[in-house]
Amino acid sequence: MEKQEKTDVTYEYSMRRRQFGKQTFFSDQGPELCVSIASNPAMYPNYILRNPVDVEIQNTGTMSEHYVNSVRVEYTSSGVNHVEGGWPKDINMNDPEATQRYRRKIEKDDSYIHAVMHLAHSMEHNILQNNAIDMYQTYYSELPDLPPVERSSCHTVNVYREPGARRPVRALSWQADGGARLAAAHAAVDLRTPARAPQHSYIWDIENANAPELILKPPHPLLDLQYNPRDQHTLVGGFLSGQVGWWDTRRGGEPVALCPPHAAHRELVRNVLFINSKTGAEFFSSSPDGVIKWWDARNLNEPTDTMIIDIVKTPTDTQNIANAYGVSALEYEPTIPTRFMVGTESGLIIGGNRKGKTAFEKLPTKYEAHLGPVYALQRNPTFLKNFLTVGDWTARVWSEDCRESSIIWTYSHQTKLTDGAWNPMRLWNIYYLKFSLFLVTQWDGCLSCWDLLRRQNAPLVTAQLCDEPLLRLRPHETGVLVACGSSKGTVYLAELSQNLGTADKNDKQLLTHILERENKRERILEARMRELRLKMRQERDAAPPAEPDSAHADSDLAEATAEYTQAVDEQLNNYSNST
Amino acid sequence: MANEAEETVKKLAALRGVVGLVIVNGEGIPVKSTLDNHISVQYAGLMSALVQKAKSVVRDLDPTNALTFLRIRSKKSEIIVAPDQDFIMIVVQDPAE
Repeated sequence: MEKQEKTDVTYEYSMRRRQFGKQTFFSDQGPELCVSIASNPAMYPNYILRNPVDVEIQNTGTMSEHYVNSVRVEYTSSGVNHVEGGWPKDINMNDPEATQRYRRKIEKDDSYIHAVMHLAHSMEHNILQNNAIDMYQTYYSELPDLPPVERSSCHTVNVYREPGARRPVRALSWQADGGARLAAAHAAVDLRTPARAPQHSYIWDIENANAPELILKPPHPLLDLQYNPRDQHTLVGGFLSGQVGWWDTRRGGEPVALCPPHAAHRELVRNVLFINSKTGAEFFSSSPDGVIKWWDARNLNEPTDTMIIDIVKTPTDTQNIANAYGVSALEYEPTIPTRFMVGTESGLIIGGNRKGKTAFEKLPTKYEAHLGPVYALQRNPTFLKNFLTVGDWTARVWSEDCRESSIIWTYSHQTKLTDGAWNPMRLWNIYYLKFSLFLVTQWDGCLSCWDLLRRQNAPLVTAQLCDEPLLRLRPHETGVLVACGSSKGTVYLAELSQNLGTADKNDKQLLTHILERENKRERILEARMRELRLKMRQERDAAPPAEPDSAHADSDLAEATAEYTQAVDEQLNNYSNST
Repeated sequence: MANEAEETVKKLAALRGVVGLVIVNGEGIPVKSTLDNHISVQYAGLMSALVQKAKSVVRDLDPTNALTFLRIRSKKSEIIVAPDQDFIMIVVQDPAE
């Protein structure tokens, strides 16, 4: 029995030899009851029933843990003083002969030679490259900073709407000496509606857009209104009836003086302008009837002077009002007191001289400017010989001595141009104001700024101020604010960005060059045209008349060619000297 | 053959701007040098480790790649190192700008 328990896997049995080899016969053996221990109920009281019973059960894979200690690597930390290394153990480092011998041995080695040849090739390339160019240099560090790209803009600052009826703005004028008041004349030139409604015009304080500061009450609609440049409180206006009137803002909205109808123009007064005078109260007015009248505000009963705009061919002809040209624009520059310019409704610009004795001398110059009425005419405040005209679909810059055509002109716009002005510069610090800028208003409600120094073929900024046509434009003396009047009676105050208002030191020189160059070009073209015409005439008449002007014109051409060849020679010399 | 190697080394050392040339073998011994011994030894010792590191960097990033040369530009000079299987060629150049 004990033996059986110890060795579970073996079972010993003995058998007689002669029974070997016989088939073993297994037989079923029924279960044998080995031990039966009955429960002893007498022991129950010794035990307590356990309830609840906590049993822990876990069903996981069986794992076993085993510790192994591997062979450990020996580490020691120690300092090394590396003076020279790599020498094989048998050679004494300090012995120069031995080291030399070792070195020689290596040098003779094939792989050494091979390596040297291979490496030297690429090394040479690098060395030469380094010699050729310094590729680690920071390039362009010594160049100066470029000025930032300019952004010009123009946006509306304030809108002044006419209370009540919406009649087109006919004239705008800023108060003198950079004041903050704007005078706007409104008039509906509509012959069908009777003029029963009050024909008011307004003076606005630009800070307050809610209501005008003063309402002017003229007896007839006002077509032009100008502040007196000498006196901040007086204004002069031209009416639809042909009369002119004088206001003083201190006295209220009624005109202080009015000229009588018989002394007035025969048609509406299109323009009034102040002129230079000791009293500061003299002005002149023009109208489509072709007559210009000079007035003294102290006595508006009759004009001090009149002139009929009729170009006469010979010095002896008299002027006839029936032939006169209607005037649509007037120009006067206070620094040139006796001369003025008129723009006519047929597109001519006529220069006038008050001091002329005969009719011929009074209107000496004539320019054929536009295909329709000249809407605006103004001299450049710095370059007095050049003036700007706006009419039909273009704006043109002219030079006084060039009669045949303008020297600079804009492209033909899609819409009609209604008014234009140079950037004004009557301020204390005149060196910083831009005098190459002019502004133009268009029929589609856009205000565009052109700068001759920056771009001549396109405006610098175009701002759409409103949807209705803009009729009038008047820049403020500071050069940054511009007032534009529309056909619905609204006045928009626009502000130009800073870079449009200031100029560089070189601007004056550059602009002079531009104007001179264009002038020269036009003169040369003029001379050429004259030559061609002369030739044609010669061919027709076969009789050569003397032409004294050609010498002068040719000198221009000769001068230009000489300059050009000289510049080309210089360039060639420079080039040949540097190579 | 040895002559050729000698000549090549001399030619390289004579190029414009070259301050010195050291050829170091696999054990770190400067085999050929145009500079003083202690400077060559310094270069040899410092450069070997750097070249090994650079080689392993290039190999680790792309196993098909191999280091062609190493250029160290400092304020005063430029050190160009060209590694080979067993040798390293170090050239110190002073750009003549």
